[in-house]
Amino acid sequence: MTDTALNRPGAPARRFDIGAFVRQYGVLIIIAVMLVGLTLLSPSFLSARNLFNILNQSTPLFIIACALTLVIIGGGFDLSTGAIFGVASVSAAWLAINVDPLVAIIAAPMIGLLLGSINGIIITAFNVHSFLVTLATSLVYRGLAILVTDGKLIPVRVEEFAWLGRSKIEMVNVAVLVMFGFMLLMMVILNRTTLGRAIFAVGGNEEAALLSGIRTNLVKIITFALSGGAAGLAGVITVSRLSMGEPQAGAGYEFDAIAAVILGGTSIMGGAGAIWRSMAGVLLMALIGNGFNILNVNPFFKDLTTGVIIVLAVALAATGNRR
Amino acid sequence: MTSATTAVRVRGVAKSFGGTRILDNIDVEIAAGTVHALVGENGAGKSSLGKIIGGYYTPDEGQVEILGRAVARFSPRDALQLGVAMIHQELQLAPELSVVQNVFLGRESARAGILVKGDMARFEALEKTCDFGISPLARVATLRIAERQKVEIMRAIARDAQVIIMDEPTSSLTEDEADRLHEVVKRLKSQGKTIIYVSHFLDHILANCDNVTIMRDGRVVRTSPIAGETKKSLVDSMLGQEAEILYPALPAAPAGDVRPVAELRNVSTDAGLSDISLSVRPGEIVGLIGLVGSGRTEVARAMFGADRITGGEYLIEGRRSEQRLSVRRAIASGVALVPEDRRKQGLVLTQPTRFNVSLGTLGAISRFGILGTSAEVRRTREMIKHFGIVPAAVDGRVARYSGGNQQKVLLSKWAVAKPRLLILDEPSRGVDVGARRRIHDFIVDMARQGVGVLLISSEIEEVINLSHRCYLLSDGRIFAEEPASSLTVESALHRVFLEQNSHRNRQEGAAP
Repeated sequence: MTDTALNRPGAPARRFDIGAFVRQYGVLIIIAVMLVGLTLLSPSFLSARNLFNILNQSTPLFIIACALTLVIIGGGFDLSTGAIFGVASVSAAWLAINVDPLVAIIAAPMIGLLLGSINGIIITAFNVHSFLVTLATSLVYRGLAILVTDGKLIPVRVEEFAWLGRSKIEMVNVAVLVMFGFMLLMMVILNRTTLGRAIFAVGGNEEAALLSGIRTNLVKIITFALSGGAAGLAGVITVSRLSMGEPQAGAGYEFDAIAAVILGGTSIMGGAGAIWRSMAGVLLMALIGNGFNILNVNPFFKDLTTGVIIVLAVALAATGNRR
Repeated sequence: MTSATTAVRVRGVAKSFGGTRILDNIDVEIAAGTVHALVGENGAGKSSLGKIIGGYYTPDEGQVEILGRAVARFSPRDALQLGVAMIHQELQLAPELSVVQNVFLGRESARAGILVKGDMARFEALEKTCDFGISPLARVATLRIAERQKVEIMRAIARDAQVIIMDEPTSSLTEDEADRLHEVVKRLKSQGKTIIYVSHFLDHILANCDNVTIMRDGRVVRTSPIAGETKKSLVDSMLGQEAEILYPALPAAPAGDVRPVAELRNVSTDAGLSDISLSVRPGEIVGLIGLVGSGRTEVARAMFGADRITGGEYLIEGRRSEQRLSVRRAIASGVALVPEDRRKQGLVLTQPTRFNVSLGTLGAISRFGILGTSAEVRRTREMIKHFGIVPAAVDGRVARYSGGNQQKVLLSKWAVAKPRLLILDEPSRGVDVGARRRIHDFIVDMARQGVGVLLISSEIEEVINLSHRCYLLSDGRIFAEEPASSLTVESALHRVFLEQNSHRNRQEGAAP
């Protein structure tokens, strides 16, 4: 070995690189700025009640974005989460009324898991881009939800069923606890298991993953199944909270979830990213919404602001790739 | 040649990336109408210098003059306007467009933005000076790398480039394709063009360049006429010390009656192999010699379960597998493949060293699917030390490593697996002299430990010097088997070419 290698661009810089820090943790910096700003602007913002309220309201999106992170790191894209949410919503309502509330709570994520697996199987069997497949299946799933209900709402007045969405343990909503549990599970899968490694490898370099003996198709199917399962779980939480099964529920959630993942800084190219980033992305979007509520600003500005921040975040991340 | 004007003058150029100085006080003059080589180890700065001249990087200090005009703004577009075109190692063509569309990309015959006829006529005029014989309507995706390179060259000439920078032009070419490229270089030179030739292949440089600038650690060691240089004098200057291009001594070959670790019997595949029979014994290094496209890589892929075997038998440790061989099964039975393209097939560049070292053997460092981080870190550290990977960081960013260090990470991935059959496809392509030496030592070391090694390389010299036994391939068939000691580079090349030609003739003769 020669010593020429010591002075290469690959060697880590010893100085603290402020630009790299901002690119790496930009989303957290924006969140901190928003927390400070909203606290100064409104005395009612920084109360435990308001903060838990924000978390609780965003629980479905947190759950979907969590699992979607795995799909995107694996090099995929899932546009069907909103539709699966809708299917889970009406199935859970029907099961809670006609079978048993507990069965409904367990079955909804399972139905999501199944629909997600179908996405994954179609994607891998026909080798079609996940964007196209999930766009198509989202129409099918949504259509099914509308078809079986005739497009009508299903009110659920079952006491035990509301437990998941409405009850609290001390100050914390059960749904928030479920969300944190699910988030931990996804983090463990991604960072501590061979499956997590395989997801990164498939998204980062599929050919290399194949030549490392990884069952790339199976890995992809699992990520889509988890994403579907998460949408199902989010759906049943929402039905339980609103006491209403709704075939149109969750419309647009697929885009909110994707926006949150991107906002957090997970690469849309796959192969890199983290769950905490998506969590931060959802939180940031929730803070923007909450801030506009508190300040009583025209809600039109909410989407506009979210959009501008996404563009800024993506542009900021891209500056790091330039040479 | 006779012209005394200077095409490119570089004065006091320096460049740093992230606090690391990769070019320091560079002074180079490149005479017009010459072929000028830039050589050095990986990381010596030769590609970076090429990229500054080509306008891809902006220097931190110093000036660059192109044909007497100082470069004010560094961008590939401005460089083109000054007459400089760069042809990259990874070619930059639009694969779905045709040859002629690529050649005139951005320079189409058009009136007020509307495309009009005329590109074909211009292409024919261009073809008269180039004489490449490429069909203008062929889709670039269907062309071989050597032909794509020609498209890039035509594109450069179509833009009236006077200075053409070629970054590692022969690294993906076979010897005969390289020869043809060098013909083109000669022709360009005779037309007064200046070629800056960045390469690792010292033989190619000695045979085709007029002058050479040798770089080391981001500085120019010297610039001299090629006459009077030898491979050894170049390498000595590159390394900064006396060095011999030596190969490590091989362990003794195993006895002929030792059971092979892997054996192919009359194997054929859909990927173009037919009637392949070969064996690799434990502790033996077996080389495959053939031109690119002869089926060398396909043999490796078949033995690794990546291509389906459609006929014949494949025995691992004397056993025939009942089920269809998959990559997973091959790995489980002790086969490892280091693929030819480390960036596309080997490494996950979005992830760090540790991730890449572990990727082939996740099962060995996990329990019920949960990873054991401490075992992983320990294993990775051992490999970093074993191969001398720089930077020596467990979570180093592999994407920014030099070619040699990336290759070492890739070798680590299979070294930790302790394979019984190790297949190496182009293990030392595009790596510096130091890393190359380390890789050779590793190969021999594996054989000494009883691993069967199958070695594939476009450098016939490397195969012959590192193998016990060689198979010669052409058109998906093995046509000869020889002890490596009885082969020379010339004899092997000669036979490979002869076989290829006679095969083609036989095919043509058989056609009605």
